[in-house]
Amino acid sequence: MPKLTIDGKEIEVAEGLSVLQACELAGVEIPRFCYHDRLSVAGNCRMCLVEMERAPKPIASCAMPVGEGMVIKTDTDKVKKARNGVMEFLLINHPLDCPICDQGGECDLQDQAVAYGFDRSRYDENKRAVSEKFMGPLIKTIMTRCIQCTRCVRFATEIAGVEDIGLVNRGENAEITTLERAIDSELSGNLVDVCPVGALTSKPYAFVARPWELRKTDSIDVLDAVGSNIRVDTRGREVMRVLPRLHEDINEEWINDKTRHACDGLGRQRLDRPYLRNGAGRLEPVSWAVAFKAIADRLKGVAGNRIAAIAGDLCDAESMLALKDLMTGLGSPNLDCRQDGAQLDPSCRAGYLFNTTIAGIEQSDAALIVGSNPRWEAAMINARLRKRVLQGGFKAGLIGRQVDLTFSYDYLGAGPESLAEIAEGRGAFAEVLKKAERPMLILGMGALARPDGAAVLATARRIAERYGLLAEGWNGFNVLHTAAARVGGLDLGFLPGEGGRDTAGILQGCGDGSVAALYLLGADELDMGRLGDAGKGPFVIYQGHHGDAGAHRADVILPGAAYTEKNATYVNTEGRVQLARLACFPPGEAREDWTILRALSETLGQQLPYDNLGELRQRLVETNRNFAAVDQIEPAAWDSFGQAEGPMDAAPFASPVGVFYMTDPISRASETMAQCVEAFSLGVRKGATGTHG
Amino acid sequence: MSMIDRNLRSLLLGELISGMSLTLRYFFKPKVTLNYPYEKGPLSPRFRGEHALRRYPNGEERCIACKLCEAVCPALAITIEAEPRSDGSRRTTRYDIDMTKCIYCGLCQEACPVDAIVEGPNFEFATETREELFYNKDKLLANGDRWEHEIAQNLELDAPYR
Repeated sequence: MPKLTIDGKEIEVAEGLSVLQACELAGVEIPRFCYHDRLSVAGNCRMCLVEMERAPKPIASCAMPVGEGMVIKTDTDKVKKARNGVMEFLLINHPLDCPICDQGGECDLQDQAVAYGFDRSRYDENKRAVSEKFMGPLIKTIMTRCIQCTRCVRFATEIAGVEDIGLVNRGENAEITTLERAIDSELSGNLVDVCPVGALTSKPYAFVARPWELRKTDSIDVLDAVGSNIRVDTRGREVMRVLPRLHEDINEEWINDKTRHACDGLGRQRLDRPYLRNGAGRLEPVSWAVAFKAIADRLKGVAGNRIAAIAGDLCDAESMLALKDLMTGLGSPNLDCRQDGAQLDPSCRAGYLFNTTIAGIEQSDAALIVGSNPRWEAAMINARLRKRVLQGGFKAGLIGRQVDLTFSYDYLGAGPESLAEIAEGRGAFAEVLKKAERPMLILGMGALARPDGAAVLATARRIAERYGLLAEGWNGFNVLHTAAARVGGLDLGFLPGEGGRDTAGILQGCGDGSVAALYLLGADELDMGRLGDAGKGPFVIYQGHHGDAGAHRADVILPGAAYTEKNATYVNTEGRVQLARLACFPPGEAREDWTILRALSETLGQQLPYDNLGELRQRLVETNRNFAAVDQIEPAAWDSFGQAEGPMDAAPFASPVGVFYMTDPISRASETMAQCVEAFSLGVRKGATGTHG
Repeated sequence: MSMIDRNLRSLLLGELISGMSLTLRYFFKPKVTLNYPYEKGPLSPRFRGEHALRRYPNGEERCIACKLCEAVCPALAITIEAEPRSDGSRRTTRYDIDMTKCIYCGLCQEACPVDAIVEGPNFEFATETREELFYNKDKLLANGDRWEHEIAQNLELDAPYR
C-alpha cells in the first residue's frame, strides 16, 4: 500500500491505482476528458496534468501509477497554467456552437471551460472542419466538435466488442472514423454517454429538449430481465429519454439500446380508455363503470375453474398479486405467469434464478451457455461475460444457435444431444468444466420454453451437480430469463393451483371451450389464434398499456400503466427486488394496474383487502419474505427440483428473441426501434442527412 | 411686525400676483405636453417594448431553438418546442410568449446568442382580449419583419456599449 502526499495531505491507497484515482480518493477533483473509469487509459487529452515533486514537468495523472512517497500538488500556479493552456488548445478547433449543440448544459467541455478556461479566445485563424460520419439510426455525429479523446474507440473495442470505430491520421488531420455503416452493437447508445463533448449525440433525441427542462426519476428497466437501473427524464407528461444509472452489480453504467431508445413507444399505440366489444364485434370506448359491469355480467354464474388468467412479461409484482388474489377469490386455480410456456420448476427458488449473480460472473472461470443468446436476451450480462473473457483464464461454451457473442467461445452443438454429451462427461468442454474451480451454467429460455423443457432442466441440474457448480459460497446454476415479470411472478406464486391449468392447458381449454373467461394481464406474446374468434371463443379481458396482440383479441380492454407510470416492484433474473418509480402519469383514463384490479374486485363482489400501495406491499411481503429485501440478494438454497427426467427432443435450441429491437409491446410501438430493425436486421443503409445546423 | 406684513400682502393681493406671474412665465415657455397619439416622445435605443423574432437579411429565421431565453425568463412566459427541420438544422416548431406574464425585463434578448428575440421599440400593442396577447411564432416573426428597420438601428446604436 503506497503512501503519498496530495496537496499536503497524506493518503494510503491500494497498489496499482493511478495518481488521478488517488487524488479522487483524497477528495481532490482532477479535470479530465479522455480518462474513463471503465476504459483503458489513453492519456491523450492532457487535461489531468498535475505537478509531482522531483519531476521536471507536469505529469498526466491518469497514466501515472502511484508510487511510495510521491508528493503531488494540484493547486499550484504551474498546474493552473498547464490546465489553462491545455484548455485553450482544445478549444482552438472546437466550434462555438453550444447554442445548437444537444450536449449543451451537460457537456464536460463546457463545464471545464468555465472552470479552467480563459474568458476569451486568442485564436484568429480558421478553425478546422471535419466531415460527418454515419453511425446508424441511433447516433448523430458532428465531428467538428470532436476533441479526439478516443473514448468512443475504446468503448467500442473494449466494452461493446465491435471494432467499427477508429482514429486515423495525425495532428491537425486526426479524426475519428467509422466503416460508414451503422454501429452493429446493442450497446451503441452508450457511445453518446461516454463522449465528453457533443460530437456523438442521440439521433432520436436530437434538438427536442434541454437537460434543465427535464424532470429526472430514478427507476428500473423492464424490457429485459436484467433490471438495469435507469433514470427516466420526463418533460410534462412525456418521457423524453432514458439514461443509465450506476449500479455496479447489474449494469455498471451502461444500458442497451432497447432500454434507452424504446421510450418513444410509450407515447404511441397507447390504450387510454376502456373499450368494450359491442354487438357488431367492434371495440367501442366506454366508461370504467360500463366495462366493469360488462365483466361482472359475463362472469356471473361462471364456475371458478372455467376462469383463467395469464400474466405477461412486463407486469409488476403488485398487479400480479392483486390478480392472483382476485382469481383465488373467484375460485380459479388456472393461473400462469409463464406465457412462453417455459418449463420452470417453481418448487425451489434456486431452480429459476441467476444464482451466480451478474457481478459473480467475474469470479467464474468457465461458463456453459445453453439455449440462449445472451447478447440479445440480456445485453448487460453479455457485456459482463465479455469483460470476464477479456480478463483471461475463462472459457465459454455455447449450445444453441451459433451467433456472434462479441467474445470467443467453443461452439458445442445446436441441440439437446450436445447437452446430454456433457451431462455424460464426454467431449472437450466437459474437461474444461471439470478443471474449472468456479464453473457456471447459463440456461436460457430457448432451452426451457419447449415441450421437453422439463427434461432439459433435469439434465442441466445433473450437470450442475456433476461438475461442482455448487460449492461453498458458489452457485453456478443460472437461469437466464427474458421477461422482467417472470421471477416476480414465480416468487409470489402466480402459478397453477391445485388441479389448475398452466399456459398450455389454458390455451387448450380456450380451444375446446372448457375455459369460458380469460384474464390477460399484459400478456401479448401468446398465440392469439388459439383463443378463438371474438364472440365465439372465451370472454377475454385484456388489461395492459399498448394496443398490441392481446388488445386486438380482447372483448374488454382495461387501460393500465406502463413501467414509467407506476410505483411498482420488479424482480430481476438474479432474484433482486427493485422498485420502479412513477415518472409521469398514465395517459387519458388509464390507471395504475393494481388499482384497476382493486376496483374490479369490488364490482365482482370479491373485494381485495388492501386500499393503498403500502398495504398491498405488506401483503406482498407476507406472500414471500424476499420482497422485503429491496436491492439485496439472498442466496437461494439448493433443493430438489427438476427431477422430471425424460427423453429430450432432437430439435435444436432456438433463442426466444428473434429480433433484438422488438420484443415487447413498448418496443414494437417505437419508431426508433423500427428504424433499428430496418438498419440492423434488414440492412437498409441510410447516409447522413447532409448539413446540420 | 410679521403679522402686519402678512396682512398687508394679503390686502394688496401679493400671493395672487406671484402665482399669476408664475403662470405667465410658463405661458411663454415651450410646452412639455405631447399631443399623443399624434406626437410621441423620444425612445432610448435600449427601450424594451413588444417582442419580435428577427430574420437574417436572406429571410432565414435567426432563432436556433437553443432555449436559453426560455431558461432565463423569470416569469416563465416563453415556451419553446424544437425538432430538426427537413434540412437537418435546429429550428423551433413552437415559440410562444405569453405577453400577459412577461415583465419586460429584457433578459431574453440578453440571453439570445444570435439576436433573434428582441424587445423592439413598439409599446402600442394593447388589445381588447387576453387571448390576443398570447403571441405565437408567426406573430413574433411578423413583428420582426415589421420592425426590423428600427430594431436594427437600435442594436447598432447600442452596440458600442455591449
